[in-house]
Formats: sequence, structure tokens, C-alpha cells
Amino acid sequence: MSREEILGRMAAGARFAALAGDGDVTEGVRMHVVLARPDGIDVVDLQLPPGVDRYPALTPRIPAAFWYERKLHDLFGVVAQGHPRLDPLVLPHPDGNEPLPSPGAAFHPTHVEPDERALRSHVMGTGLFSLPHGPVRSGVFEAVEYVVETPGEDIPHVNVRPHFKHRGLEVRFEGMTPGRGVLLAERVEGIASVAHALAFCHAVEELAGAQVPLAAQLLRSLHAELERIANHLDVAMKLAEAAGLAVALARFGWHKERVLRLVSALCGNRFGRGVVVPGGVRALPLLGRDELKARVDTLRRDISGDAAALMQTASFLDRLRGTGPLDEDFTLQHGLLGPVGRAGGHEDDARWHRPYDAYPKLSRRPVTHRSDGDAMARLRVRWDEVTESFDLLAQIVELFGDHPDEVLSTRVEPVTGRAVGWAEAPQGEVLYLLEAGTDGRLRRCAPRSASFHNLAVFSSAFRGDILTDFPFVEASFGLSIAGVVM
Amino acid sequence: MPWIFRGLRNGVLTTGYPRRPDTDDVRSIARPAERATWEPGLDELCPTGAIREEHGRVRLDQGRCIGCGACVTARPGTFSWQEGNDVAQLSRAALVVPELAETDADLRQLRRALSRRTKALRRSVHIRHVDAGSDGAEEWEILALTNPVYDVHRLGIFFTASPRHADLLLVTGAGSHGMAAPLARTLEAMPRPVVVIAAGTDAVSGGLVSPSYATADGIGDLLPVDVWVPGSPPSPFRLLSAILLATGRLTAAGRER
Repeated sequence: MSREEILGRMAAGARFAALAGDGDVTEGVRMHVVLARPDGIDVVDLQLPPGVDRYPALTPRIPAAFWYERKLHDLFGVVAQGHPRLDPLVLPHPDGNEPLPSPGAAFHPTHVEPDERALRSHVMGTGLFSLPHGPVRSGVFEAVEYVVETPGEDIPHVNVRPHFKHRGLEVRFEGMTPGRGVLLAERVEGIASVAHALAFCHAVEELAGAQVPLAAQLLRSLHAELERIANHLDVAMKLAEAAGLAVALARFGWHKERVLRLVSALCGNRFGRGVVVPGGVRALPLLGRDELKARVDTLRRDISGDAAALMQTASFLDRLRGTGPLDEDFTLQHGLLGPVGRAGGHEDDARWHRPYDAYPKLSRRPVTHRSDGDAMARLRVRWDEVTESFDLLAQIVELFGDHPDEVLSTRVEPVTGRAVGWAEAPQGEVLYLLEAGTDGRLRRCAPRSASFHNLAVFSSAFRGDILTDFPFVEASFGLSIAGVVM
Repeated sequence: MPWIFRGLRNGVLTTGYPRRPDTDDVRSIARPAERATWEPGLDELCPTGAIREEHGRVRLDQGRCIGCGACVTARPGTFSWQEGNDVAQLSRAALVVPELAETDADLRQLRRALSRRTKALRRSVHIRHVDAGSDGAEEWEILALTNPVYDVHRLGIFFTASPRHADLLLVTGAGSHGMAAPLARTLEAMPRPVVVIAAGTDAVSGGLVSPSYATADGIGDLLPVDVWVPGSPPSPFRLLSAILLATGRLTAAGRER
């Protein structure tokens, strides 16, 4: 398969979704390009010959490949020739620094230090200076450095440096059984544990040809929707905090705490960890159906009241309107995911376009198309989704009552081969490219979070914005750095 | 204006903890039965190698436990879920349960020493948090401490932006190599006395993330740790209990001093 064919498929409507490497330069790096169609996902392979460490860059023709090729360079040492800016991203190192992690290769180094001398500074011009935000930031945040290059107020450019918390997870997956691997998948992006576990298990189940029992499908979707509500409330909290709305912050904080307590009352873990296992779910909920329904209904009433009040608070809305804009052409060209994409006119949602688990049995109300692409549109999309999640939860609770069937998982035979699994996290589509060896253990596992895909365009969202808009733009993306660098 | 009335609508939502007992019954750390005898194969249940044999008895290192529940599900007679908020310990060795009598005396000594160090900051503690490679969930749980349910401000506990104003360093994550230098610089910038808390199983031992080419096996490799809190992630109640322990405000019975 050649790059021309990839471009041909994209011209025919496929979306560039991911690029992952496999192996090392000595044996020849295999590059897997993941293309999403409206109703399915394909993987296209590009094989580099043994010993070859460069190839013509995809980015000039496929802008969305920008960060993927940088990551490929960091982990495998392959150079995308013609790439506009092949700066370090997840693991800085000077060229020629060997050995590199090379996920999928037979040999891995036991210790790789990031070398910050490989990072470039871009400040140029009179009166321009850099404001480094991070990696230890002002507040309880994940470690990331935003280098804001500014003449004073405007933000002409932001450099994102997420490498500080690279954990080497892609290599860590190797050799694990699927049963163990799902535990690590839950920790790739801890605030979207359920979605990552689902995407991972969908890949395993695809390989095994396993059919997940209906009760398990419903329980999976139940947890996935509660996770979505908690994440969207977290974004509302961060936006309210940025605007100095103390009461709104406290109210949404209380709602989010109640959602996490509900999740923990259902399964024992506040993040739904341990619920999803290959083939189904681990256990029945610890909470009865009536109490679940009562708690969900109360939450729905309280959240919708406060959300409506927030969307009528003029001092708050003024800060969001026109802030952090990404226009529709840009959004579609980059295939932006989740609420960030949907706010800019990219309506793709894995739950409905490539449905899995209980979603084919659930119905949704018509979606409001939005294409303003600013922080306001992103928050509106999130509130729409919270409403939709509550609709879905009500349907799930009803359906679960009709099917008190106790079979919660099917056996997943030792699997072999390659598959892609997906799920719609609160941040957007999560992909797992998974390959198992003949012993049934993982040979290669490449997770791709929506956080990675969306953060790549973060620096493009500051047209006309000033420094005090920064927290609003950051919060409106609603991403997790853990899922970006792994 | 409408926000003022909204804020009053539901009355006081805040927990009475630590004055009154309160907990949220999370199932996130396992514990072996007090006198469980060893059987071959028990260690293979655990994905992080937390279960081991000692003198024919079952011992479990809660500092390695990620709460997956594999042992509790497979052997409900031998393993159960740890209850209560007070899971933090003043030494790494004390996280291995059931506790041994000989470590009790050591712990009492550690507690006295820490208590002397932190005497000055009991009623007003400023915390600097640093993420050294967490999965993101720990930050949610730490931030939850400021929501109306836990509201740690009522206890004189505050989060601060500047390490120069901080008394307590709360570190999450296994200790990624990229954060080693920023973490050391943060600790260096803090006035003494400093208390360091390793928050979460990843920070304590590396959890499921280690061994990795990109991280240490817990932050104990990077700086001296005073308080170890297991959990993947630790719940807000357990984090709060650890902060109170770190500042000498918790009695052995788990009540506020």
C-alpha cells in the first residue's frame, strides 16, 4: 500500500485518524496509518526497508499527521523528510541518540532519559518574550509546559511541551495478556478509564469473534455515559473557576462528586475501573435499579438547573464568545474529535456512526449542528451531550430491567492477529491498535486518545485572544495530558 | 445574584470528617485476612506482584495494590477490601499488611518525630502539588478536596501556586524521568520543614506503570518521602486522612487530634 492510495482514500472521504509505528530501524519500521470511514475503520501499512530511517513526510499533504510524525521520530528515530517542524514531542533526544524505545521491536532499552537540549526556542524579534507555564503549574494540574510567545497581550504562538510525563506505556503493554492489558488501558488516560477499557476490549473481542452479552453491553454503556457526565462537569468547573464564579464552581464540584460517588456505589471504584473486562463486564451493579434511577433523576434535575443558570450568566458568556476559535474548514481538515470537533462542524461520534455495545439499541434525539468552533460552542456541545447522556441512562435503566439476564461475559479464547478497537470517550474517539502473538499475549498495543489528536491544534486556537483568555481556551478543550504522552 | 440563592439551596453539604467518622466505601485496596495461610499460586493472582508469602502467612503490599480486585474475586475467603480512610503510612514497609507487631514501635517513633517537625503548621497548611507522571485521575481526587463535600479550607488546608509558600509537597505519578528535575527544583524552593506525601500507588511503587524505561519505580527513588498513600487513585477521604497524618493532626484511632 502506498501513500498515494492513502491520499486517494482520503479524497474519497476517509479521515486520517492515527499513525503508529512498530518495530525498529534495523528491522525496518512498519507504519500503520489508521483511516476512519463514516461507518468503519481501516488500517493501511507502510513498511520502511530494513536500516532505512527516513521517508517522505505525510504532513505537507495531511496536516493532521503533524504531531504523529513528531512522535514517531521521538520513539523510533525515523525522520519525516519535508516535515514542517520535526521538533521533539513526547521524548526529546538529539539525533543519533540510541537506543530508542521502539515499541514493537524485539529489544527495548531499560532506561531512556529525555534530553531537553534537543528542544528549540522559537522566540525572535524585538519586544517578544516567552512565558513558560509549567511543567509545575499554578494549581493542581497535570504536568505540561505551555510556552506562550507574546509581545505582551496577544498570543501569536503557543508551544506545547507535554513530554515531562511520558511513561513509556506502549512498551509496557507488550507481553501482557488481554486480561492484564485492560488494567493498563484504564490507566492510559485515568479520567476516561471506561472508554479506554472499552476500546481495548473491543479490539480483543474483534480478534476473538466474541459476542458480548446484552446485560454487559448495557452496563458498559451505563458507565461510559456516567464518565461523560463527570468529565463535562469537570470542564464546566474549570470554566467557572477561570471566570471567578465561586458558587458555580462549588455547585458543579458537588454534582461531579455525586456522579463519582454514584459510579463508586455501582462498582466500588470512582472511575469505573475494573468494570470492563474482555468479553463483558466483571460483576452486576452493587446498587439496585430503583435507587440508581432515583439518583440519576435527582442529578439530572440539579445539573440541568445549574447549567441553565450558567448559560444565562452574562459575565461568564462574554468570556467564552469568540474565544479560542477553530473554523469549520480547519476542524474538518484536521478531523478534530469529540466536543472540540463537534463544536466546529465535525459531527463524527463513534457511538452513533460506528456503534458498539448497547448504542445500536438506544435512540437519541436530533442533534443540533454547531459550527461556531469557539469556547462557547464547545460548552454548548457539552451540555447537549450531558442531556443526551441522561436520556441514554434512562433508556439503559429501562432496558436493564427487561433483561435481568445474569450472563455478564463470554469467554475470550486466546487471540491472535491484529485489530482496531474504538470507543467515544468524553474527549472524543479513542482508538486501540492491537496485535497479539500466537501465544495470545500482546505483541503491540498503540492507544490513540482524542487528547493527543486535539492538543495538536491547541496553538492554532489563539487567533485574537490574549493572555487572560488562556485558561478558558485550555479548559474548553477538556483534555488530559496523561492520554497525550502516555 | 441568582447564584447566591443557588448556593444556599441545598444547605450544608460538607462532611463531618475528621471530627465525626465518614467514608465513601470505595473498594480500591485489597487486604488479606488476619491469619490467612499461604497456598501456592496466590502470588500469581496479582498483576503488580503485591502478594507474597512470609513465614507461611499471606502478606500483601498495599503500596503495590491497584485495586483491580483479582484476588478478592478469586479468593474471597483469603482477601477482602480494605475499609476506612486511614490507609496512609509513615513508612513504606508499614504498607505491607497484615501489620507486624515489631513495626508498631518504629511507627510510633516516626509519628513522634514527624509531629515535632510539623508542630508549627498544624492549623494552617499550604500544599504544593506536583504531577510526576500520574494518569490524571489523582489530580481529580486532589481537586475534589476543595469541593463543598470535603471543603478542606475549613481545616486550614490550602493549595498554593508557589512552592515558596508551601509546607507540604503532594506528589502523584510513578516519577517520570522528565519530571525528576522539576520535582527536585520544586522541593528545593520550599521553605523547611517540608513534608512529602507520595499520593497514589503509582507514586508509592510505580504500580502497573513500572518497570518502564521512562519512569522510576515510585517517587521514593527521587526524594525523601514522609507519608505514603496507596490507591489507584486514592479517594479524597484517604488523601485527607494522609494530609492530617502528615501534619500530626490524626490520632492512632483515626480521629482528629
